[in-house]
Amino acid sequence: MRMQIKAAAFAALTAVAPSFVHAEETQGIVSIGGSITEIIYALGKGDQLIARDTTSSFPAEANDLPDVGYMRALSPEGVLSVSPGLIVSEDGAGPPETIDVLKAADIPLVMITDEFSRAGVVAKIRAVGEAVGATEEAEALAIEIDTKLQSAEETATARAGETPKRVLFILSTQGGRIMASGRNTAADSIISMAGAVNAIAEFEGYKQLSDEAISVAAPDVILMMDRGGDHGADNSELLSMPAIVTTPAAETESVVRMNGLYLLGFGPRTADAVLELSAALYGE
Amino acid sequence: MTVADNLTVPIQREDRRAKARRAHIWLAALLAVTAILSLATGPTGTSLWGALGKLITGDELTTMERVVLWDIRLPRLILGMVVGASLAVSGAVMQGLFRNPLADPGLVGVGAGAGLGAIVAIVLGALLPIWLRDVVGNYLVSFSAFFGGWLSTIILYRVSTRRGQTSVATMLLAGIALGALAGAVSGILVYMADDQQLRDLTFWGMGSLAGATWAKVVVAVPLIGIAVVASFFLGQGLNGLALGEATAAHLGIPVQRLKSAAIMIVAGATGAAVAVSGGIGFIGIVVPHLLRLATGPDHDTLLPNAALLGATLLLGADIISRLIIAPAELPIGIVTAVLGSPVFLWILLRRRGLVEF
Repeated sequence: MRMQIKAAAFAALTAVAPSFVHAEETQGIVSIGGSITEIIYALGKGDQLIARDTTSSFPAEANDLPDVGYMRALSPEGVLSVSPGLIVSEDGAGPPETIDVLKAADIPLVMITDEFSRAGVVAKIRAVGEAVGATEEAEALAIEIDTKLQSAEETATARAGETPKRVLFILSTQGGRIMASGRNTAADSIISMAGAVNAIAEFEGYKQLSDEAISVAAPDVILMMDRGGDHGADNSELLSMPAIVTTPAAETESVVRMNGLYLLGFGPRTADAVLELSAALYGE
Repeated sequence: MTVADNLTVPIQREDRRAKARRAHIWLAALLAVTAILSLATGPTGTSLWGALGKLITGDELTTMERVVLWDIRLPRLILGMVVGASLAVSGAVMQGLFRNPLADPGLVGVGAGAGLGAIVAIVLGALLPIWLRDVVGNYLVSFSAFFGGWLSTIILYRVSTRRGQTSVATMLLAGIALGALAGAVSGILVYMADDQQLRDLTFWGMGSLAGATWAKVVVAVPLIGIAVVASFFLGQGLNGLALGEATAAHLGIPVQRLKSAAIMIVAGATGAAVAVSGGIGFIGIVVPHLLRLATGPDHDTLLPNAALLGATLLLGADIISRLIIAPAELPIGIVTAVLGSPVFLWILLRRRGLVEF
């Protein structure tokens, strides 16, 4: 067992080593935030990345990069240890003490605003492009994504027609308590972009819902993040929960599961996510 | 029991004293080694010796060396030492005061109060006017946690003090009530929090020394230092208290003054420790128990030894926390719990004679 760990650690070190060398030549970028990493790869700057945060799981190559941890709990020496030339981060990286240390070490840090909308995605792509020195590529990508998103939203609206479905986004069902999304969240935005209506409009953010509130919300479809595993068993368990069993969604057994970063990342793949979600809701 | 057995007792006692004194030296040496190790290791591989060499020859340090050694590792080392010492000493004092080996600073409400203070700052901090946020800045959570811990201790102390006498039993029960209340208020705030704040809360609860800065060192070190050193003077009193309050009073120990001093020391030391590092468990329980096993229950030697061993263990846990999943960092509270709970179980089993090693 121990030998295996050592061997794995050694393999990991040797796998990482070339990218350190590479980072010396160009400018090593640390990307904080799943959608930021996706955009950097989409701009063709993936080979300059030397590290990523925990939420960066796409594309698959990103998983080979060293992980500096969760974006709100970055370790100052951990981030310095990958010798970053530039850090591009979603808004809200921290803690502030770490940010201060990175500033003291003269490492440029670009914070990118996150806004859950078509304009937000396009602005994010331009901002990342500017940060990593790929303004032209970013401009082209921004226009491409803007068009794709616009047509995806139009398609979704057309599919929905006069009767948009009511969608309940459930973040987790830990211990029988249902955490659902209200207004002003990534889930709320993607639901409306896909031509549906968020079944919960009473509060902002993600909150625990009472069983009766879910009955009243009467969702037609339940939307969840895909965590792998046996969905057949998961779905029957989910739909037989007392809160959900009375809803139209349980009657029609309508549960949609999508990868969290794909669905809620608001990056280059969002147009595809909108189309996929609307197809799942209304059919092609 | 035979006469011979009785005769051996004083000799054994002397032996224990000498052992405990020798332990001072060993533990101080261990702390020094761990401290050097803590300065010398980290994910960047910046060399302490290289930098020291440059200092001696008068060469300029690189920015990396300056930032890593001076801005990251040194404040972290100092905070780790004082926080570890404070948690261990507070645990030992509480166990002496409550005459209960399971007592910890949580009993005087510091933990619950500090936790509530931190939650208030994390969730409601965003509501502060911008100018005030600029003034208190990064230290709002620390400040609020310290204030919360301190305030809840004062309330508990007042509640359980009648006619100048503090009832330790009332304090224990009132502490449970106050803890439940703080938990309820925390629950309301957690419900209001957005998901980013929830993540912040979770990480705060697991503790970390990653946020160590010189500003925190300057505020926390004098406060904790005074509290820890002051606790060393409680040794005789706590020894007397072990015989019961009435007996201690007959021995001429100023019991009430002892109790209020012990409570204030624990509130100050733990409050400051929790404020700068979040929730770190098990040091306060494991360290005093280990030392009692090794060198006996005499508080005169136990308290300084607890400070030394607590500091050493926390520094050791911090080295693990920064290296084990580098470049990310494992919260130190997880490391102390994972290492501490088996040790604690082993102590319990050993005491019951279930294991012999």
